[in-house]
Amino acid sequence: MNDIWTLMLDSFWPMLLAGLTGTIPLSLASFAIGLVIALGMALLRLSRNVVLSGFARFYISVIRGTPLLVQLFVIFYGLPAVGVVIDPFPAAIIAFSLNVGGYAAEVIRAAILSVPRGQWEAAHTVGLSHRKTLTRIILPQAARVSVPPLSNTFISLVKDSSLASLILVSELFRQAQNIAAFSYEFMAVYLEAALIYWLFCLVLSFGQNALEKRLDRHVAH
Amino acid sequence: MSHTDTPLLQVTGLEKSFGTNRVLAGVDLSVHRGDVLVLIGPSGSGKTTVLRCLNGLETPDAGVVAFHGGPTVDFSAKVSKADRTALRDRSAMVFQHHNLFPHLTVLQNVIEGPIQAHGVPRAEAVARAEKLLARVGLAEKRDAYPSELSGGQQQRVGIVRALALQPQLLLFDEPTSALDPELVGEVLTVLRELANEGWTMVIVTHELGFAREVADEVLFFDEGVIVERGAPAELLRQPKKERTRRFLNRLLRPLDGPDPA
Repeated sequence: MNDIWTLMLDSFWPMLLAGLTGTIPLSLASFAIGLVIALGMALLRLSRNVVLSGFARFYISVIRGTPLLVQLFVIFYGLPAVGVVIDPFPAAIIAFSLNVGGYAAEVIRAAILSVPRGQWEAAHTVGLSHRKTLTRIILPQAARVSVPPLSNTFISLVKDSSLASLILVSELFRQAQNIAAFSYEFMAVYLEAALIYWLFCLVLSFGQNALEKRLDRHVAH
Repeated sequence: MSHTDTPLLQVTGLEKSFGTNRVLAGVDLSVHRGDVLVLIGPSGSGKTTVLRCLNGLETPDAGVVAFHGGPTVDFSAKVSKADRTALRDRSAMVFQHHNLFPHLTVLQNVIEGPIQAHGVPRAEAVARAEKLLARVGLAEKRDAYPSELSGGQQQRVGIVRALALQPQLLLFDEPTSALDPELVGEVLTVLRELANEGWTMVIVTHELGFAREVADEVLFFDEGVIVERGAPAELLRQPKKERTRRFLNRLLRPLDGPDPA
């Protein structure tokens, strides 16, 4: 029994480190890029141009309709077949970004639609262009509405990033697998990995609360 | 009410349908500089749609909107973006539900249009905004957010936001009907002052007492047309048309039930 505690203590820092240097940067980068893609897709989806909105609709449908693991494998194991070889870490970032782009696009679209029509009209009457109406009036209000659902997306991403272990990215879960493989203490090591994921997500939840409070006044009354 | 000069605004043959619903069926009106026009009528009669067409929030199907000094926009033909913008910038709208920007302070709400749309230097826009806020008694609220204000204060900020655009024409869409009764007075006071200062205004309202006091002309709308128009004293006291009489009776004595006449 003592051995297990020693093992868990000894493996805690390597795993936490793998989380901090693998899981977290992977999640942050993918989420940031994914949000940009999502905003673009949401705006395309809302466009009156049927070709543009059709494209966004198609993209979102493909992303949501296929497993993330399959998307990851297509990019890492599939693309080399057509001559595109990508290292594990960037391949994971690409796959996760595209995935977040599809899911968050619907969140952002709904958030934009939730801003009352009167806000568009008031922006019109004071003379703002369509672009400024979006960036200065609508998106700041949509941002507040989308914090809870986007936080969900982010928290899912942090956990889903463990799939990157399957394309050999050195992140938290891959580290856990390595430790488990030589120690054979699967239960202890994987529970410990779960604990660290949970800690990460707790911190994120606190961040979400703080952000919601800060943006609270952005809601129309 | 006898004007010899050219009107500031001349509207002819304004038509608008939403699907099969004909909201405006040929509306003609003119507004002279400094005049206050009050539009009354049952809901769905088209009075709000007229305002929205003037400010470019709706595009009429037909009709001509001509401002003295331009633009003259004929909606039967294709309207250029420049004309659309020019038309919008002639007027400013005050909404029934103020539609203040909730994420901006009172001051930011007021200076947003002048700075971002009309290129007014920030210092000038702020000075203008502060002066206007002081005039409606809200100088000390400049850094408050709209959610921290009462309904009457919010609507007064809405009015200041419109004034700060320095439009030639102010449009009010039922500016007091979303307010609690005890807050109506403070908003009407501001409107009265604006009328006295010579602002040209078109006001949609159900406040008949207010209309009688400040209007130069009252237009009664029903089913997308102007049924009757005239000086408030005549139209509100001795309406010539049966439809006007019935509407006024309903408004003045809502509890009496159907009018026997």
